[in-house]
Amino acid sequence: MKTDARTVCELRDVTYVYPSGASGRAALSGVSLEVREGEWLALLGSNGSGKSTLARHLNALLIPTQGDCIVYGMSTRDPANVFAVRSAVSMVFQNPENQIVGTVVDEDAAFGPENQGLPPAEIESRVERALEAAGLLAKRAKPTYTLSGGEKQRLAVAGALAMDAPCLVLDEPTAMLDPRGRADLLAIMRALHDGGKTIVHITHRLEEILWCDRAVVLAGGRIEWEGGVEPLLRQDGALRKWGLDAPPLVALWRELGEETGLALPRIPTLEGMIDALCPLQ
Amino acid sequence: MKFLNNLTFGQYVPADSPVHSLDPRCKILAVPVVLTGIFMAGHVAAFAAWAGLLAALAWYSRLPFRLVLNSAKPVLILVAFTALIHIFFTDGTPILKLGFVTITREGVAAAAQMGLRLLLLVLFASFLTLTTKPMELSDGLERLFSPLVRFGFPAHELAMMMTIALRFIPTLLTETDRIMKAQLARGASFDRGSLWKRLKAFIPVLIPLFVIVFQRAEELATAMEARCYRGGEGRTRMRPLRWSGRDTAALAATVAVVVALAAGERSLLP
Ligand SMILES: Nc1ncnc2c1ncn2[C@@H]1O[C@H](COP(=O)(O)OP(=O)(O)OP(=O)(O)O)[C@@H](O)[C@H]1O
Ligand SMILES: [Mg+2]
Repeated sequence: MKTDARTVCELRDVTYVYPSGASGRAALSGVSLEVREGEWLALLGSNGSGKSTLARHLNALLIPTQGDCIVYGMSTRDPANVFAVRSAVSMVFQNPENQIVGTVVDEDAAFGPENQGLPPAEIESRVERALEAAGLLAKRAKPTYTLSGGEKQRLAVAGALAMDAPCLVLDEPTAMLDPRGRADLLAIMRALHDGGKTIVHITHRLEEILWCDRAVVLAGGRIEWEGGVEPLLRQDGALRKWGLDAPPLVALWRELGEETGLALPRIPTLEGMIDALCPLQ
Repeated sequence: MKFLNNLTFGQYVPADSPVHSLDPRCKILAVPVVLTGIFMAGHVAAFAAWAGLLAALAWYSRLPFRLVLNSAKPVLILVAFTALIHIFFTDGTPILKLGFVTITREGVAAAAQMGLRLLLLVLFASFLTLTTKPMELSDGLERLFSPLVRFGFPAHELAMMMTIALRFIPTLLTETDRIMKAQLARGASFDRGSLWKRLKAFIPVLIPLFVIVFQRAEELATAMEARCYRGGEGRTRMRPLRWSGRDTAALAATVAVVVALAAGERSLLP
């Protein structure tokens, strides 16, 4: 985690109440959060905790009822900023089926840059780069309905990448994928993070956040916890309270430590396991 | 088992042909020209000439002729119906009397003429969708209608609606299929009973389908907005349409063929 990094997005005491919400209950209340440049931030929470509502603020799809959302120094409240905000923060949604606009793979990836009004040659090169990063270059001329669920979700990522935004917000991108599709998508996210993209990753699977730099837990529209991934996994009782389950491997590793009394590192990375267990032989 | 896969007739078939690479506007404009030509045809020889042109166009487009013919399947009932009306309701020299209906020589001729015209019409028009990508087609229509935007005509919006509708057809077919199977598993039947009964069996399919469509539409709208969509203004295209000399030549050739056939029929044949 770089502490001196620039702030990409900032929520300042944001409260949001859905105008259509029958209860009048706030979906977010008093949320303050900073997303720093280049970090991979995990946003966790159970169903209805307000994760999607928060994510939609970062892209100016929702404007705070109270408080402010600042993206690269621009307030999302000013309609004149909306276009620049959406060019700086792009989004991938949960259902791969409902975010594809084009009938052919590369036409769909071009939709964002076309809306940005770029010249054709620039769109073409961005689409090519984005499809390459998403592992879809070989399928660029295929009709979109022939793609598998995992490929559709990767196309959604390519569509977001083609807009060349420095920050990418993914709202439960793996929720509807099989284990293979999930692994592919996570590998792409790791590569993007290594390439310097700022990533906000919304999920409720703890095993997906092992490589994240920082984690934020939402519950009932409030930030309940904020900090490193390792300390989060140590919050045993609290995790259960927030509706999150420690990954099976982490739970097993912890039990092993408790049973044997060995001083094992908290997170079972391959290197950590080898370092801790090999000397025992 | 798939219930609805035959609705995909007439959809774009990729191929590397001179017809595929024409500007979509050229193909769109050629359609009414050809249709006018077919409606002016009346003699057997003229119909034979048009059928020949159809085969030539299929060959030139690198499309299997059978596939082109298939695209007329959904309208065969309409063709048969039109022909029957003409057989029964045309006055003239009677050749056959069946109770109170009389079939006339003129009726048979008119039925054959109208049937053939409709058939050729559909077959020629299907080349437009068979050889043009949906996105190109909607781009072409948008550009052709763009002069009307000044009078408030929503050219971009209609073209975008068409693109999205085309994009959603396969999804909706899959969805309908899924719902129908779920209903079948609960004992519904779609192919037995009176017409009324069968229609009624479709209501439990249509309601969830509508719910799904609206839900999808809302999510898609959000996703489009997130990707900076704000209507046609300021929007550019990755592959802008380019009208070339070839397109002018193709359109001119189409007009020439239509005029030549019509003139030939008037002057050479009785
Ligand atoms: N369009 C809406 N209109 C009214 N209320 C809404 C709307 N969308 C969400 N809510 C409410 O706001 C609260 C937060 O919802 P949100 O979708 O942000 O949760 P989430 O953490 O993303 O949940 P999930 O894990 O199910 O995606 C919930 O109580 C939900 O019922
Ligand atoms: Mg959500």
